[in-house]
Amino acid sequence: MAETPKIRVPKTAKKGEIVEIKTLLPHIMESGQRKDKDGKTIPRKIINKFAAEFNGKPVFSANIEPAVAANPYLQFSAKVEESGTFKFSWTDDDGSVTTAEEKITVS
Amino acid sequence: MRHLTRRAALALGAGSAAITLVGWNGGAFATPQAAADDIAKFTGGATPEKGKISIELPEIAENGNTVPLSFAVDAPMTGTDYVSDVLVVAEGNPNPGVATFHFTPLSGKAEAATRIRLATTQNIVVVAKTSGGKFYTGQKLVKVTIGGCGG
Repeated sequence: MAETPKIRVPKTAKKGEIVEIKTLLPHIMESGQRKDKDGKTIPRKIINKFAAEFNGKPVFSANIEPAVAANPYLQFSAKVEESGTFKFSWTDDDGSVTTAEEKITVS
Repeated sequence: MRHLTRRAALALGAGSAAITLVGWNGGAFATPQAAADDIAKFTGGATPEKGKISIELPEIAENGNTVPLSFAVDAPMTGTDYVSDVLVVAEGNPNPGVATFHFTPLSGKAEAATRIRLATTQNIVVVAKTSGGKFYTGQKLVKVTIGGCGG
């Protein structure tokens, strides 16, 4: 069930630089608005929260609704003052959490 | 409805996408009032000031199932003066809520991009909250070709 997220973080950056981060998690983002062929509503199942932290400190997060498209894509920035690790997490309606990490070297 | 299903399926080449459109067309739509209620909840009743926000959205979205959205709020993003939260609402979707983004000084910029679903032609409203408790707003109209009957 857990899909592998696609993440783009620069490998290196200068101290104080603002880097651009792109993330995508393959996920149906079932809106809860659709009906199956028998007319029954297909239950909602979406990623409802995304969070990014750097060396344990929050950088960016989002509470998302069914109006975010399938395979939720998020692009945001981070200001890096030191080398370290980004941690990303995606929380599903069913309570499961997908996580990923990316390292960056800051000089 | 069946006519739309077939047409949308042809246009998109994806049956599942067509089901989404039909589902949304059959549902009750949000109103600008519902979106305004969401905004009032976000601001605690304060009226946001216009400005400081630039929104990028296509003028015409051919496929309402995935519409690229990005926004940028003009803010210094220092430890004492930064944008903490940004609310995005859609006035014409079944539910107005799209997403709430949370920033910190470590974000560097109060900017983000994602892809959203739009059921029909409508206004997208972005409201930003600063660390000092001020609110700013901006909005943009998107025409949606597939996603509203005859739209």
